[in-house]
Amino acid sequence: MDMTGAAYWLPIVWAVLAALAIFIYIVLDGFDLGLGILFLAERDKTYRNVMVQTIAPVWDGNETWMIFGGAALYGVFPNAYATILPALYLPILIMLFALIMRGVAFEFRSRMHTQQMRDLWDVGFCGGSLVAAVMQGIILGTLVSGIHVENNAFVGSGFDWLAPFPLFCGLAVACGYTLLGATWLVWRTENTLQDTMRKWSGILSIAMLVMIAGVSLWTPALHAAYMQNWTEWPRILFVAPVPVAVIALALLMFVALRRKVSRRIPFFCALGWFFLSFSGLGISIWPYIVPPGMTIWDASAPPASQAFLLVGAAVLIPLILSYTAFAYHVFRGTVNEHSESYH
Amino acid sequence: MGALDPLFLARLQFAFTVGFHIVFPAFSIGLAAFLAVLEGLWLKTGRQVYLDLFRYWLRAFSIVFGMGVVSGLVMSYEFGTNWAQFSQKAGPILGPLLGYEVMTAFFLEAGFLGIMLFGMNKVGRKLHFFATCVVSLGTLISMSWILSSNSWMQTPQGYAIEPGTGRFIPADWWAIVFNPSFPFRLVHMALAAFLCVAFVVGGVGAWHLLRARRAGRAPTEAVKVMFSMAMWMAAIVAPLQILAGDTQGLNTLKYQPAKIAAMEGDWDSQSRAPELLFGIPDMEHETTHYKVEIPLLGSLILTHSLDGKVPGLKDYPKDQRAPSYVVFFTFRIMVALGVLMAVLGVYSLWLRWRKRLCSDVLLQRFALVMAPAGFIAMLCGWVTTEVGRQPFTVYGLLRTADSASPVAAGSIASTLVVFVIVYFIVFASGISILLRGFAQEPHVGEVGPDAHDPQRAASMQAAVSNTAAAGETGKES
Repeated sequence: MDMTGAAYWLPIVWAVLAALAIFIYIVLDGFDLGLGILFLAERDKTYRNVMVQTIAPVWDGNETWMIFGGAALYGVFPNAYATILPALYLPILIMLFALIMRGVAFEFRSRMHTQQMRDLWDVGFCGGSLVAAVMQGIILGTLVSGIHVENNAFVGSGFDWLAPFPLFCGLAVACGYTLLGATWLVWRTENTLQDTMRKWSGILSIAMLVMIAGVSLWTPALHAAYMQNWTEWPRILFVAPVPVAVIALALLMFVALRRKVSRRIPFFCALGWFFLSFSGLGISIWPYIVPPGMTIWDASAPPASQAFLLVGAAVLIPLILSYTAFAYHVFRGTVNEHSESYH
Repeated sequence: MGALDPLFLARLQFAFTVGFHIVFPAFSIGLAAFLAVLEGLWLKTGRQVYLDLFRYWLRAFSIVFGMGVVSGLVMSYEFGTNWAQFSQKAGPILGPLLGYEVMTAFFLEAGFLGIMLFGMNKVGRKLHFFATCVVSLGTLISMSWILSSNSWMQTPQGYAIEPGTGRFIPADWWAIVFNPSFPFRLVHMALAAFLCVAFVVGGVGAWHLLRARRAGRAPTEAVKVMFSMAMWMAAIVAPLQILAGDTQGLNTLKYQPAKIAAMEGDWDSQSRAPELLFGIPDMEHETTHYKVEIPLLGSLILTHSLDGKVPGLKDYPKDQRAPSYVVFFTFRIMVALGVLMAVLGVYSLWLRWRKRLCSDVLLQRFALVMAPAGFIAMLCGWVTTEVGRQPFTVYGLLRTADSASPVAAGSIASTLVVFVIVYFIVFASGISILLRGFAQEPHVGEVGPDAHDPQRAASMQAAVSNTAAAGETGKES
């Protein structure tokens, strides 16, 4: 392959951008879904309203990154889009159903006149969030396990995702999102609710560390190529510091939770774990977008398509990030049961 | 084609989800523009009634928008789950357009929606108005991209076909985006979205006018203002929409004559063609039964000339004909509703001139019945144009049968059932919440999207009286 041509570089640029977009999605929607998973664990109805209020002004934007992921994959890596979606047909549709349920439950719950109806939508909000998180993990796990592709089309079974590794990933992602949700609430709430969430954050952090260890040991065992990616020079330079960084973040997390020195540190520690796990995953599967056979170049749209969208992305993504930051800035600060309420 | 044919199921599922989805963006497009106008009028005149109406309709907007987001999320993945081959071949063209839609519109709407819904007391009036306008602009940008994509599937140009893979490769983006049917479709859809909302607003206004009359009291100012605004829209936009529909018809005749033949139920190409008011097209026997026709009108409408030649389905091979028995009816329902909307608009103008706009019971009942007319007409229009594109996904180039995914019929059937159940729960709940909101009369000192939460009634009350006071000081009186 000509390593100087646009056909070589554009897919690399887009792979990095796509990874970035997925990570932004995890950063933004992870805590949002995690908060939903924790919803029923909080029995106090007033506190539930406080929880919802911390995300009401921003959740539509968070979910938009998921739409962007679909659209970008469609335009930039159409062969991957056309392979992954049929291969993961059921988990993707179940995830979409779950996201619909939680999205509307979020809007509907406050409009209900009876407590029973409100409780019902609360169950929808929690259940939808949990199922969506588990399905995202399963999708990721199936992708990493590998998808049967022949002639650029999916040829496996519709239930390939019902295997131990994807299911374990489903659990891991749900656990991680719940941690993000709990630490987000440590950051954004006060008093009793905040204390409860500190407790949850501690328990979930331990669970998260176990999951990270589990996935890290399991992944290289899936394919010889992954093992090689982790141990070969120079990639080992990126891999080796990862366990150290995970442990350093763990120390920081537990100190922050125990001493109550900071509202924000636990949330950013949790994000740090996600970042490290996510990059580890990227290092494992690179340069495949649909392991084990389809590389980012196999999956790519022609350069004319990738270049056209890249021009816009270069200008628009920074713009989007700035006004998203502005929206968070407008609704900054902690929320309690006496705050001026919106949702 | 059996009931469990995967292709048929995939089409049914896609049609169901996209049909459900389109209602909400159309509602958002019209409602966001209406809200921007209301807030602008409030800032300009300082009249409390505009702020009350703004808040009243803002409550509906948060529901409508949320339902649009979640049902739209499904669409951005369903191209791949249901139409993998289509995605692979047309993805290089349509994917970037969809990507631009998300980047230029969805993020813009979602980013400023929070401020629009909940930020009035946090950012001040000017910035809040800016946020409302940005959300409205976002809905319009979004519509433009998606209609460009859809129009490209109807009238493709600016592409090359890659030998070997059969993929569509973009050659000229300008030609792709501004393909021949795009401008016509865009105008037609924008007006349709405005009409959808105008008739809902008119219906709600009419309902409260009728209720006030029954209760023997004078209607409130807010109700009269919104009814009057809706009737202006009906009087101006409904006739414009008929013109826009006519130009789109001419465009379709030029680029997709086979679709016109199916819509009209015409089998033989002829000059001085009649227009069928009714009939039952029979694809197998190549005829239309029980015809009720008006002589010459077909040629006049389609070609603007009495002896213009109109196409017939027999001009095209059997495997290139769209199912006339669907589009013949959906097209007629759309046109009939469009004409009724214009009649209502004209009638309201006459009453306005006679100074009886808000007291004529016939107009109010008419407007109430017509409340869902915009949505029904729009859905019929979309069925006409999409079913009329069959048997192709990319008109004349890629067949629907060659567009599907390798997914088993059982998976599609079971998810279809779940879609139907979930969407009916969501749709029924959403509609009931909206209707319950509409059953309340807008009143002075109206509150925002969170008024029905008893948990925060107390804190809201304080916020509301502050804002109401701010509104009062803005008044000149």
